[in-house]
Amino acid sequence: MLTVSGVHTFYGAIEALKGVDIEIGEGEIVSLIGANGAGKSTLLMTICGNPRARAGRIIFDGEDITHLPTHQLVRRGIAQSPEGRRIFPRMSVLENLQMGAIASPPKGFDRDLEEVFTLFPRLKERINQRAGTMSGGEQQMLAIGRALMSQPRLLLLDEPSLGLAPLVVKQIFQAIKDINRERKMTVFMVEQNAYHALKLAHRGYVMVTGRVTMSGTGAELLSNPEVRAAYLEGGH
Amino acid sequence: MEYFLQQLINGLSLGAIYGLIAIGYTMVYGIIGMINFAHGEIYMIGAFVAMITYLAVGALGITWVPLALLLMLAASMMFTSVYGWTVERIAYRPLRSSPRLAPLISAIGMSIFLQNYVQLVQGARSKPLQPILPGNLTLLDGAVSVSYVRLATIVITLLLMYGFTMLISRTALGRAQRACEQDKTMAGLLGVNVDRVISLTFVLGAALAAVAGMMVMLIYGVIDFYIGFLAGVKAFTAAVLGGIGSLPGAMLGGVVIGLIEAFWAGYIGSEWKDVATFTILVLVLIFRPTGLLGRPEIEKV
Ligand SMILES: Nc1ncnc2c1ncn2[C@@H]1O[C@H](COP(=O)(O)OP(=O)(O)OP(=O)(O)O)[C@@H](O)[C@H]1O
Ligand SMILES: [Mg+2]
Repeated sequence: MLTVSGVHTFYGAIEALKGVDIEIGEGEIVSLIGANGAGKSTLLMTICGNPRARAGRIIFDGEDITHLPTHQLVRRGIAQSPEGRRIFPRMSVLENLQMGAIASPPKGFDRDLEEVFTLFPRLKERINQRAGTMSGGEQQMLAIGRALMSQPRLLLLDEPSLGLAPLVVKQIFQAIKDINRERKMTVFMVEQNAYHALKLAHRGYVMVTGRVTMSGTGAELLSNPEVRAAYLEGGH
Repeated sequence: MEYFLQQLINGLSLGAIYGLIAIGYTMVYGIIGMINFAHGEIYMIGAFVAMITYLAVGALGITWVPLALLLMLAASMMFTSVYGWTVERIAYRPLRSSPRLAPLISAIGMSIFLQNYVQLVQGARSKPLQPILPGNLTLLDGAVSVSYVRLATIVITLLLMYGFTMLISRTALGRAQRACEQDKTMAGLLGVNVDRVISLTFVLGAALAAVAGMMVMLIYGVIDFYIGFLAGVKAFTAAVLGGIGSLPGAMLGGVVIGLIEAFWAGYIGSEWKDVATFTILVLVLIFRPTGLLGRPEIEKV
């Protein structure tokens, strides 16, 4: 469904991605793990064209989207819940969700909204609250809910569990699993929480300073001694 | 009492004009964090287009005043929209990722260019005009007389501000505009064409300034290529006073400044009215640095 091949991305003179190859199949959950600064968020953003890849190709559903304007990607079926959540703080919860659907035909709106509320009932309780005043966990639910409002076929999630209490983390991962299973949504997820991420994922990639160094099924990576030493020691 | 009412109406109509211009400053600042120094010139061009349209309409033999006014309004809003759009394209967009000083300088350049351009094609002398909407509404047995133009200015401004507030707060377009103000990258990820929203912001601001230009022309009956400067400074002051970036703030700031000027001129004399305005601005900013309705940053992000 998504093929990233030989992608290089720069911030000024800094080369953040040094030739990345990744393949994501329809219906999969794929996790990407790696240390801070490895380039994980950069990869997700590069898929969306901001920053743009300086070399390499990104193919989605057979179409070369490497040079497509960012705002057209959501219409192709790619949505992202980015690093740092980036909810609109001075808008209400409802308005944030409406923004998620801004590129979608209006007639599906009510149905999509109900689906998000089923997944995250807390958002329904808070529907008129200013998003900036919500708790971190609520904001995370909102960011994911907003991405879901466009009914994407590929959902990109950047650290959905960041800063959340264990119980909420569990909830969020359960939600991701449900979305994938029930709606056949493909998920590409970046996570610090390597144990949960690999356990949930069909496949995973490990990234080190701008390069993919390992890949395999979630179970394979979980039992790999190198992965264990670098990302799992100290428990979960 | 009558004199007070008289000044109140004068102040409100003047404030309405400042408010209309101030919205353009505040919206552009909100979305690209820049003061559009050419905005006062857009207002001036709006006044000129209204005047030219009036003369053209007269030459065509259209004498029914409401139709003439409507045509003037439509023409000045249309032309200034094109100017506003072009200014953004030429002076701002190419410099969007440059250091902040660069677009500032190109904006000032744009302002000087537009002034000189109008001076060149329209001449430097003031353009006096016959009163188009003569007549007064007299109240309290003739003690207060309010010109129809001033009343019309207040009414039209109220209608426009209502419509505009609805547009920004209730429609998908308004939401996209506010989203771009808060986080352009995220708005883009969600499918908003950010460049187009920025263009639209310039166009909307310009159209409102055009209305102000036309009303000023109708009230004072005389315009020249230089009127954009002082009105621009005042409206910018109104935007800062109300809290730059805030729409209701711009409207409130405009009204406050209009009232200060009218009352100062009416009770103390017109010599020091600009000083009074700026003194109030300084005082407000000392005690409320974010302006009257500016938002204190309390969100966690
Ligand atoms: N806007 C930017 N300008 C300059 N350098 C940047 C920018 N964004 C990221 N970088 C650099 O690019 C590299 C990769 O950053 P990235 O955010 O992709 O890492 P990450 O794997 O997501 O890390 P983390 O786990 O901490 O989120 C880092 O060295 C970072 O300093
Ligand atoms: Mg990151």
